[in-house]
Amino acid sequence: MIYLDNSATTKPDSSVLDSFVKVNESLWFNPASIHALGDQTNRLLESARGQIAELLKTQTKSVIFTSGGTEGTNFVVRQTAKARKSIGKHILISKVEHPAGIEVGKLMLDEGFEVDWLEVDSTGAIQLEDLKKKIRRTTTVVSIQHVNNEIGTIQPLQECLEIIRSNSRAIVHVDAVQSYGKLPVDFDSLPVDWLTLSGHKFHGIKGSGVVVCSKAIDLEALIVGGGQEFGLRSGTAPVAQAVALAKAMRLAHQDQQVTHDKLSLLQQRLLDFFSHHPLVTVLTPKNAAPHIVTVAVKGVTGEVLVNALEKHEIYVSTSSACSSKKKSTSHVLEAMNVPNELIDGVIRISMGKDTTEQDITTFLKTFDLILRQLERNLQ
Amino acid sequence: MNRIYLDHAATSPVHPDVIAALTESYTTCFGNASSIHETGRSARKQLDQARERLAATIQAHPNEIILTSGGTEADNLAVLGAAYANRHLGTHIITTSIEHHAVLHAAMQLEKEGFEVTYLPVTEEGLITVETLKNALREDTILVSIMFGNNEVGTIQNIQELAGVVKDHQTVFHTDAVQAYGTLEINVNELGVDLLSTSAHKINGPKGIGFLYQRAGTKLRPLAHGGQQERKRRAGTEAIPLAVAFAKAADIKQQSLRKHHLTMLSLKQHFLDELTRLGVTFEENAKSAEQLPHICNLFFPQTDIETLLIQLDLAGIDASSGSACTAGAVDPSHVLVAMFGEQAPQLRSSVRFSFGYTTTKEQLTEAAEKIAGVLATPASIWK
Repeated sequence: MIYLDNSATTKPDSSVLDSFVKVNESLWFNPASIHALGDQTNRLLESARGQIAELLKTQTKSVIFTSGGTEGTNFVVRQTAKARKSIGKHILISKVEHPAGIEVGKLMLDEGFEVDWLEVDSTGAIQLEDLKKKIRRTTTVVSIQHVNNEIGTIQPLQECLEIIRSNSRAIVHVDAVQSYGKLPVDFDSLPVDWLTLSGHKFHGIKGSGVVVCSKAIDLEALIVGGGQEFGLRSGTAPVAQAVALAKAMRLAHQDQQVTHDKLSLLQQRLLDFFSHHPLVTVLTPKNAAPHIVTVAVKGVTGEVLVNALEKHEIYVSTSSACSSKKKSTSHVLEAMNVPNELIDGVIRISMGKDTTEQDITTFLKTFDLILRQLERNLQ
Repeated sequence: MNRIYLDHAATSPVHPDVIAALTESYTTCFGNASSIHETGRSARKQLDQARERLAATIQAHPNEIILTSGGTEADNLAVLGAAYANRHLGTHIITTSIEHHAVLHAAMQLEKEGFEVTYLPVTEEGLITVETLKNALREDTILVSIMFGNNEVGTIQNIQELAGVVKDHQTVFHTDAVQAYGTLEINVNELGVDLLSTSAHKINGPKGIGFLYQRAGTKLRPLAHGGQQERKRRAGTEAIPLAVAFAKAADIKQQSLRKHHLTMLSLKQHFLDELTRLGVTFEENAKSAEQLPHICNLFFPQTDIETLLIQLDLAGIDASSGSACTAGAVDPSHVLVAMFGEQAPQLRSSVRFSFGYTTTKEQLTEAAEKIAGVLATPASIWK
C-alpha cells in the first residue's frame, strides 16, 4: 500500500501507540481524584502539558487539551469573540479555512456577529490589501490557517500579523493542524495568540488535540461541567490521549527539519513531472508546504482517478477528506478562482514522514499508466 | 502495598479485551472515515459497526447515536443543543439539583443567556417525585433533564414514569445515563426519553469517547461546527479506534448485565455486613431508594471527610468524597446538600465507595477492616 493521503489522517507512530496503550493499561485513573492514584495520573497529565508548552515555547497553563482540531477552532474563535463582545462584534476569517473555521464563521453571522471573509489570490494566499481594507480598530478575532489543507499554501502570517497588530487589538488564531511537523511551529516563529493542533495529522491518535495560547487570554469555555483544564474545557481528561499527543509532538518536532527536507525533494519530483504533463495543471503554488501537491487533470474527474489509483493500492484524495463527501465544489478552489473545467479533475497527493522515493516513483509510473489508458479509452 | 480501588464511579480500569480491540483497530485501520478510497471505506465500516453495536445496547437506531468526546460533551450537546434549537417554542428548562456538573453548569450558562431554569428538589433519598415535575412543568418548557442514576449516592430515578409526565408536552426529555449505562438495562423506547448521554470510561472503556442518543426528530443545535461528520451533528474526524473500543466495552457489559448487577449487589451487601460486624458506626445515604448497585455512599458520624479520605488513602484505599470532577476542592457535595440541607452533618462526613468488575469480596473485607482501624484512631484527629 502506498498511502498518499496524509493530510486527511496519518498512521499513528508505533511508539505513540505504545505509550497510549500503556497509559490505558496502567494509569487509567481519573486525574481529578484526590487519592494517590489520581494524583499520580494527574502528574502524568501535567508532564504531558509541560512538554507541549516547552515545544511551543509558552507556559504550561496556556495548554488546553481538546478532542481535536475541529473542537479547537470552534472553541477559540467562537468563545474568544463571545468573551470580547463588549469591545466589538467584528471578526475576520480567511476564505480558505478548514470547514471548521468556515462553519464557525457562518454560525457567528447567524448569532449577530459581523463576519468578514478575507480574499485570497490565485495561489491561495491571503491578499494583504484586502486584509488592510477589512481590519478595524474594533476587530476582536482574526482566524487564519498556517498551511491550507487542500493545496498546501503557506499563509504570509508575518505580513498579516504586522497589518493586524498595527491596526487593531484583535486576537489572532492560527489553525496549524496541517503545518505541525512540516514547518517550524511555536510562538517564537509564529508570534500569534492561539494555535490549534490535532494529533492524528502528525502520527498521533484521533480524538486528541490541543489549543495553546501565548499568554493568558480571556475566553469562555465551550464545554462546561467539572471545570477541568483550568475551567476552560470540562470532561474527565483523557490522559492517555494527552501523553500520546505530547509524544507525537516531540517526535514530529525532532524530525521536523529532516521531514521537511525529504518531503521537499519528493515534492519537487512530483512538481517536475506534473508541470511537464500536457493534461495536468498544478494548483499547489511555489513555496508551499512540502507535503502537499494538488493538481487538476483535464478530461477526467478526481473520483475516477482516486478509484483507478486505488486499484493499484495507491491512496490519494480529491480535495480534503472533510469535504470529499460533499457534493459541492471546494470552497478553497472557488476562492482561488480556479476555472470550473479544472475543478472536477482535482486530486491531492499528501505525503508523510514515511513516504519514500520508491513510493513516488511507483505513484508516477502508475499515474502515467492510468492516464494513457484513459486517453486510449477516450479515442 | 496492594491498593484497593473503590472509586469505579470516578473512572474504571480499561478491560484487557477493550485494549486489544483498541490496538487492533489502530493497527488494522487508521484511515479517515470521510475519505472515499479503500482506507477510508474500511474505516467507515468499522465506525458503522461500532455505532450499530452501541445502538443495539439501548434498542436505538444507529442514526440516533451521536459519538462525542465523552459524557460531559454529550450532556452539553443535549442541554445546550436542545435549548438553542427549541428557543422559538419557549425558554423554560427543568432540571434537578442533583445533576452532574456537566448538566448543571450548562443550565447555569443558559440562565445567563436569558433562559429560565427550574431546579427540582429531591427527597432525603435523592428522589425526584412525579408531583414536583408536574408542578414545575409550564407551557413554555422546552427541556427536562433528569439524571438516570446519581453518581454520588446512586439513587435511580423512575425515568419511565417521569418521561411519561411530559409525553404529550412539547418539551424534550433528556436523561444523563452515564452511571446507569452498563449497569441497568436501558431501552430508550420503553423509557420514552428523547436524549440520553453515556460515557465509555465508566464502563471499562477508554476515556475521550461517549455518545448521545438522539431520538429521530428531536432537534439539536451542534456544539462543534465544521465537517459533515455524525450527520452534521458533531463535526471533527471520528476517533474510530475509540468508538470500536467503546462498542467492545458496551458489549461486554451488555452480555453480563444481570450477572454484573447481582455481583455488585452482593459485593455491596458484603461490604456493609463487614462494617457492621466490625462495629463501625455508619449510615448508608439514600438507603431506601432504589440504587445503582455499584455505588455505596456512607455517612460516618463525627468524622471529617478530608481527614478521613487522607487516612484511607494512606491505608491504601482509593475512595472519594463525591464526584471526581469536583474532588479537587472538597466543597460540600451539592447532591448531599439537596438531600439533607446546608447544615446536615452528612455533608462533612460522607464517603463514596464504588465498585467494579475487578472488585473482590476479599478486597472489601480488607477495606472494611482498614476503615474500622482508621475510625478507631483517637477522635482528636477529626478536629
